Amino acid sequence: MRKIQLYTGLALIALVIAAGLVSLVWTPFDPIRVTADRLLDPGWPHLLGTDAMGIDIISRLLIGARYCLIVGIISVSLAAIAGVPMGVLAGLSGARSGWVDEVVMRVNDVVYAFPALLLAMLLAAVAGASTVTAMVAIGVATIPAFARVARAATLEVAASDFVLAARAAGTTKWSIAVRHVFPNIAPVVGVQASVGFAMAILAEAALSYLGLGTPRGTPTWGGMLRDAQDVWYTQPVQALWPGLAIALAVLGFNLLGDGLRDVLDPRLREVR
Amino acid sequence: MSLLEVSGLTVRFGRRQVVAIDDVSFTLGEQERLGIIGESGSGKTVTALALMGLLPENAAVTGSVRVRGQETLGLGEAEYAKLRGDTLSMVFQEPMTALDPTMRVGRQVAEVLLLHARNTSGNSRQRVIEMLRRVGLADAERIADSYPHQLSGGQRQRVCVAMALINSPDLVICDEPTTALDVTVQARVLKVLDEMLDAEHTACLFISHDLAVVSQVCSHVLVMLDGRIVESGPIHRIFATPSHPYTKGLVATAQLDKVAPGSPLPTVADFYTRAGATR
Ligand SMILES: Nc1ncnc2c1ncn2[C@@H]1O[C@H](COP(=O)(O)OP(=O)(O)OP(=O)(O)O)[C@@H](O)[C@H]1O
Ligand SMILES: [Mg+2]
Repeated sequence: MRKIQLYTGLALIALVIAAGLVSLVWTPFDPIRVTADRLLDPGWPHLLGTDAMGIDIISRLLIGARYCLIVGIISVSLAAIAGVPMGVLAGLSGARSGWVDEVVMRVNDVVYAFPALLLAMLLAAVAGASTVTAMVAIGVATIPAFARVARAATLEVAASDFVLAARAAGTTKWSIAVRHVFPNIAPVVGVQASVGFAMAILAEAALSYLGLGTPRGTPTWGGMLRDAQDVWYTQPVQALWPGLAIALAVLGFNLLGDGLRDVLDPRLREVR
Repeated sequence: MSLLEVSGLTVRFGRRQVVAIDDVSFTLGEQERLGIIGESGSGKTVTALALMGLLPENAAVTGSVRVRGQETLGLGEAEYAKLRGDTLSMVFQEPMTALDPTMRVGRQVAEVLLLHARNTSGNSRQRVIEMLRRVGLADAERIADSYPHQLSGGQRQRVCVAMALINSPDLVICDEPTTALDVTVQARVLKVLDEMLDAEHTACLFISHDLAVVSQVCSHVLVMLDGRIVESGPIHRIFATPSHPYTKGLVATAQLDKVAPGSPLPTVADFYTRAGATR
């Protein structure tokens, strides 16, 4: 019964993925060519209407799904690929080489304390605002979250009997990290990844909205929201569609995260 | 030269240097079996982990442990890892937690084989299956493809025995390997262990708190109390003429069938009371 969360999350994510995939081969109208049919209300043939440049909103939403997934995947992968090994390293360093743990985690504290928005502004100033700079900024800013989660999980695994048994069989420290620690912390990292995905989507929308992410003209959900702001008083419904899309995608990944936590947490599993 | 020579082994824990085992000395020859018996907290597991070099980092170990004449205390982690699983191996008390839940058990056994692969020839899976059969797991193929949670406690402990013996080590340390199992399963696992030790010509250090269990596997026994060895000798001698009061208590509790009808069941506390303890 508690799996409803998981399945609802998966269904919402499947919807976003399907939209992104469809946009690769087909959109109802040209998603970038400006037309004279500006700000049409929802109806036929533009089911959700058109925006201030006369572009079909559904077409833009479909393309936006693609960007949302790309941003989520890349920034979460970046954060996980950098953060998880750091956390595992810190967690395995042990008392005798405790300075490794100290150094790694203090560096993460510094990154954590550094405002992500400032990072995005700096990157945009250096390399120009683009989807890539937004993804890098989001990725770097979420490294500490992955490092902390991975470290905590690693400490737990490292104290387990089966790690002691593996050492008794002659497995070396680094083989233990690869064979025993990574597979055992994977569920926790997976939960963090799905929650991180939701955060990345929101952050990218915010950065695009502020003009620090994907440039104008590219149909991202955050960018659409920014465009809708110009006609907010006359056409508020323009902001509804991208806002709804963002909300559903974020909800989907958050539900997935919570659902995974429930399913994978052995203590909760015992109760049921 | 004996297989294992331990002299003056002392382990202290933490900053306050709490003594867990104190001046433990014994020797163990090739293919010999020695039991260590003592109550909970007497330092049995600490002794075993000290021999394996697996004590946590807050433990200070002094004394000497020689394996075939080679001093192992102070050995680097990498050199120790070569001894473990190959010359020395260990079976743990809790079969429920001693196997990695994310890995099929066949692979876990194969890993140990490959870690010390002297003869890389031959199929490792074939050898794993054969080993699982030898420890009494009839449908070894299915067991090898199972995850630990799909197996019973007895099956898991057999897997652990297979893992400990697959490289034909010189010495296996068994830390209460049957305590977590019920009595019938315990008897079967002990029998398998006994046969395998014979077949592989492996020496064994068998830890237990139950003299009856130790007597099924070992010929000699050390009695440990509060981190010290208080008595040692052939097991039949210990049974016949225990000298330390604590040992007398152990012997009485191990021979419940000799209790005269009508008299109360003996406990160790009838024979031995710690200084300062009140009855
Ligand atoms: N990591 C540790 N840090 C501090 N003290 C420890 C540690 N491990 C064991 N000790 C202490 O060493 C003593 C011996 O413990 P040990 O685990 O060897 O007992 P045992 O004989 O194996 O008991 P049991 O039959 O319950 O397994 C205990 O007093 C325990 O408190
Ligand atoms: Mg113990």
